[in-house]
Amino acid sequence: MQRYIVTRVLLTIPTLLIAAFIIFAIMRLLPGDTLEARMTEYVNVNNKENLAALRKDLGLDKPFHEQFITYIGALARGDLGRSLNDGRPVTSYLAPRVPVTLELTVLAAFVSLMIAIPIGILSAIRQDSFLDYILRSAAIIGLSVPNFWLGVMAVLIPALVFGWLPPVEYTLPTENFGQHISQFLIPAFILGLFFSASLMRMTRSMMLEVLRQDYVRTAWAKGLRERVVVVRHATRNALIPVVTILGQEVAFLIGGSIVMEAIFGLPGIGLLLLDSISFRDYPLVQSIVVLMAFAIVIVNLLIDLSYAYLDPRIRYT
Amino acid sequence: MITNTTETLSEGTLNLQRGASPLTARWLQFMKTKPLGAFGATVLIVMVFVAASANVLAPFDPVEMHYSDTLRAPSAKYLLGTDNFGRDVLSRIIYGARISLYIGLGAVISGTLLATALGVFSGYFGGIVDLLIQRVVDAFMAIPGLVLLLAMMSVLEPGVMNLIYALAIRLAFANTRIVRSAVVSVRQNQYVESARAIGTQTWRILLFHIFPNVTAPIIVVATISLGGTIFAEASLSFLGFGIPPPTPTWGSMLSRTGISYMIIAPWTAIAPGLVLSVAIFCINMFGDALRDILDPRLRIRQGK
Repeated sequence: MQRYIVTRVLLTIPTLLIAAFIIFAIMRLLPGDTLEARMTEYVNVNNKENLAALRKDLGLDKPFHEQFITYIGALARGDLGRSLNDGRPVTSYLAPRVPVTLELTVLAAFVSLMIAIPIGILSAIRQDSFLDYILRSAAIIGLSVPNFWLGVMAVLIPALVFGWLPPVEYTLPTENFGQHISQFLIPAFILGLFFSASLMRMTRSMMLEVLRQDYVRTAWAKGLRERVVVVRHATRNALIPVVTILGQEVAFLIGGSIVMEAIFGLPGIGLLLLDSISFRDYPLVQSIVVLMAFAIVIVNLLIDLSYAYLDPRIRYT
Repeated sequence: MITNTTETLSEGTLNLQRGASPLTARWLQFMKTKPLGAFGATVLIVMVFVAASANVLAPFDPVEMHYSDTLRAPSAKYLLGTDNFGRDVLSRIIYGARISLYIGLGAVISGTLLATALGVFSGYFGGIVDLLIQRVVDAFMAIPGLVLLLAMMSVLEPGVMNLIYALAIRLAFANTRIVRSAVVSVRQNQYVESARAIGTQTWRILLFHIFPNVTAPIIVVATISLGGTIFAEASLSFLGFGIPPPTPTWGSMLSRTGISYMIIAPWTAIAPGLVLSVAIFCINMFGDALRDILDPRLRIRQGK
């Protein structure tokens, strides 16, 4: 067990480094000089000297590998750089926004689990029935409808039918808790819908596999009621592999939260990313993306470790 | 008389005996066994046809602004209404099909080629090469797709080719794992070992033995990726980082800058979203059906 933990943790370090490298490379190496574009758009500087001075200040004149090592060193110290806009450290931008995105993604994950697992189990125990076909079709529709369209519709329809628009200002939990939660409900639901569709399919196929196992047959043969067989014997074992796809979906949730924050005006990291890209504030862009990648890698690590805890077979391979 | 045990085979022979061409027989068989998949395929064919003949089908020029007719509800003249610039929504949707398919197919084909190359190298050679490539793939997958695309498009100039490159790269790394696992399982077959034993050169083994036997999962994954690519392109355009205006794409027609107009003119929001949903739904259905058809055949082929 310990060997597994140690190897798994050690494997994440090169992944993190390579991810940081990829992001770094994208920002620096792709054609299109972000700094010049920024200069001409937002600062009326035709002065070549000023451009060179800014470059030197940001350390852009050094060779690529030096820049990367400096960046990694700074990351290790917790220094994420400074915004080009007003020189404030990036962390001060991120701090108030992280909880918002966190709330949105956690709520979305929770909502999708609540929806998908019961429906997946139901679909499996009533396999090939009319209900099963309806649920499966609903799942595929849920996978196909773009989440940003659903978001737009969710804003439009209440506006057209009730004349109600979502609040412009963001409410903190300290001000009015009820209103605070209510502004997350619709975006979390829409965000969770996509995930719940694939989760439901996976739950269903896992349940089907488990229901064919011998120990389930034994339970039936013993004369146990359907509910006991399903809940106490089958479900637990079916859900273990489902935990693994939670890891992949975290990446999707973070990506999707960008869209939801943009539509519903929630001041989270996603919206910050969009704004900083528009303003070509590339230290901010870089640090946000690196932060997201790190978060995903760590969450995947935790999930893999918990998978080893849940499924004893993994530990002994 | 030889009795066929599988229903599909006998269906096919039946149709052939009736005098239908093999292609029609196959298609009818497909429609019977996988009706939803056939439906999806049909819609896709219609979409391709619409995209190809856009300039004939569209009643108006998609970028032409009719200043006197802005935000008109659907009528006999403008079948799906006009947007806030007075452009005909129906024409924009028809031309949007062309752009979506062009970008989607371009990204999927190039991305799948790259994924195949990476997966085959990684799977066949194993060892250090495999380890390295897999680390890089893991790192890529740690960055959310949309975020990676946004980062790339923020540095590259907005444009069709750059969008295709960005989408292809993301696609390639996401699908490498699937190709790799298929290659690994094919590699263990006897015929590969025999080929190596008689001294066949590596490139011949890769080209004539490995590659033909991994085409099935590659095709399935490519089809399903098409849906994801169209979705990704639409998301990017929605956020304003895809194709720049005035080119009509389904995503940019839903652009968040135009939400205030959509309240007055809901048809501008409903039509592109609906078309997107239907397109992605049909691609997914077709991909699912394809996987169901190709998978068992794949298993039979690999039987020892």
